Amino acid sequence: MDFELSEEHRMVERMVYDFARNEILPSIREHDRNGTFPHELLPKMAAQGFMGICLPVRYDGAGMDFISLGLLSEGLEWADSSVRETIAVHLGLHALPIFQWGTEEQKEQFLPPLATGENIACFGLTEPGAGSDVAAMTSRARKEGDTYLVSGEKMWITLSDVADRFLVFAKTNQEEGTRGITAFLLERGWEGLTTGTIKGKMGVRASNTGWINMDEVPVPESHRLGEEGEGFKIAMSCLDNARYTVAAGAVGLMKYCLEASVAYARQRRTFGQPIGDHQLVKQLIAQMKQRVDLGELAVRKVGWLKNRGMRNTRETSMAKWYCTESAFATASDAVQVHGAYGYSDEYDVERHLRNSKSAVIYEGTSQIHQLMQADYEFGNRTDRPLRCEMPAYDPEYWQQ
Amino acid sequence: MNIIALVKQTPDTAQLSASMDGLKLSAEGGPRIVNPWDEYTLETAIQAREEHGGKVTALCLGPPEAAEALKTALAMGVDEAVLVSDPAMADGDSLTSARILVAAIRKIGAFDLIVGGRAAIDGNTAATAVQVAALLGVPLVSYVAELRNLDPSDRTLSAVRLLEKARETVTSRLPALITVVKEINEPRYPSLIGIRKAARANIPIWGCKDLSLDAAAVGAGASGVEWRTELPPVREAHIEMIDGGPEDAARTLVDRLMEEKVI
Repeated sequence: MDFELSEEHRMVERMVYDFARNEILPSIREHDRNGTFPHELLPKMAAQGFMGICLPVRYDGAGMDFISLGLLSEGLEWADSSVRETIAVHLGLHALPIFQWGTEEQKEQFLPPLATGENIACFGLTEPGAGSDVAAMTSRARKEGDTYLVSGEKMWITLSDVADRFLVFAKTNQEEGTRGITAFLLERGWEGLTTGTIKGKMGVRASNTGWINMDEVPVPESHRLGEEGEGFKIAMSCLDNARYTVAAGAVGLMKYCLEASVAYARQRRTFGQPIGDHQLVKQLIAQMKQRVDLGELAVRKVGWLKNRGMRNTRETSMAKWYCTESAFATASDAVQVHGAYGYSDEYDVERHLRNSKSAVIYEGTSQIHQLMQADYEFGNRTDRPLRCEMPAYDPEYWQQ
Repeated sequence: MNIIALVKQTPDTAQLSASMDGLKLSAEGGPRIVNPWDEYTLETAIQAREEHGGKVTALCLGPPEAAEALKTALAMGVDEAVLVSDPAMADGDSLTSARILVAAIRKIGAFDLIVGGRAAIDGNTAATAVQVAALLGVPLVSYVAELRNLDPSDRTLSAVRLLEKARETVTSRLPALITVVKEINEPRYPSLIGIRKAARANIPIWGCKDLSLDAAAVGAGASGVEWRTELPPVREAHIEMIDGGPEDAARTLVDRLMEEKVI
């Protein structure tokens, strides 16, 4: 058993944290205050190879492994959840599914501009009336010749107003429930496709969240991802990617909160001594560290499973549930350590607390993950092999 | 162009505790980084290669762990890296370090330009690169804030030096050694592709034997500099209460501050 990061991983970690410290932190508080998307970061992230970090070099990716994807997510969310969300959605929920489920023609056509950041992509599954209950979706697609006409509305879509590529799900068969769902790749500018932004979010205010409206959007058959009726399986496999980045990001958020709390507890004095010398503050710090370490172990294990090409739905769900709930608790404790100052946006822990609440809701609420874990235990849920499995990470293939 | 970038690995001063051990920062086991000034060194060297072609060799003197700094240099984009490391070389002063570096530079071979940072954040002597230039007998252009014209065919360079209250434009023949300040550029981050290459790279390590150096002529034993200052310095502070009304007290305060040359 080897818990050590490789030299390559340590270099990725250092570079990503340097990037987060120098490029994201200086401006993210203002973006959060103003609810603006940090467009200026996208070309910088693209230049570093972040947008396609774990896509093979043959598709213009950086050819790194899934542990590196986790480290990237962690480092970005150490600065702000919004920036990590961009990677989770663009790469985890759009590019990686194309890599997993796409035909070779689709990979060659769609992946290079995604890997280089020339295209920014999003994922449209949730609807105004269908979140965790995917089968309740009302978006529909009917085929006319070799074109599908897709209609419906998607809600709470990260990057909806920023993206120029959309992976959306719609029912091609109304009678079949989840088995009637099909995945489609849409492009901005297509007739009948409009997007908008949702205002007034509690957190992740520097991320773009909005809606997608589709009114008889003509989608050529070449833009269908997977087979007809395979959409639900594709969507769930997407979540295995994105939930991993969410979990890893939550570890980064916790690390920031812990570092900030230790630093503050060292310098803030009450009753003639640093507050870090008070036992109840020590308890908060110890609990934060416990969550960071256990969360990191859960995330690294998922990264390892992914590198080996082993199914990880169960472990990814566990990591996402544990890490996001832990991040919420840790950010809350960090605000507590900072006292009244922590309650103001003078310190970043307040922003992290607001951000951390979103991740216990999206990508499967904590309640959904608990149901999943219980169902695995009772034998009510098993993961069957997929027609297209995410392959094991093979450096030779990835870096050719 | 053959360019040599002098790189040092230093403690990460942003993560040091306040403890001091004589004149040296206590950084045992702490995180170590590329000397921040040398990030500008590497960027300058890589930009010069990108513009004029050729090769950049990063050269570092330090313990075996310093290879990590060279990996960062490779990930940023240098072509080759050499670590000079030998237990006999430890704890030398800047002149012995310069002698070692000169021996390594001669082994690397012909060069057009050597780039170094203005200083290293640990020793902060700003002397080693200067001594390297002197020992090699090449022109030194220090504190370079802008490389205006680097002309390998004409064998000259023109650079703007950042001085305390002035900027000075100088020209020099090549080969030359320049030291750079942070105003010169914005160092790039290591790229992911660079990291992959760097992680696979085998960095040669040259010791005294490889450089035909006498172990007795390098390191602490051969150093002429001895650090005697005690740190941290003793702090002398006292409180003085000024009596009188606000106007008199303010006048006295201003007089006292001027007396102490505070204002």
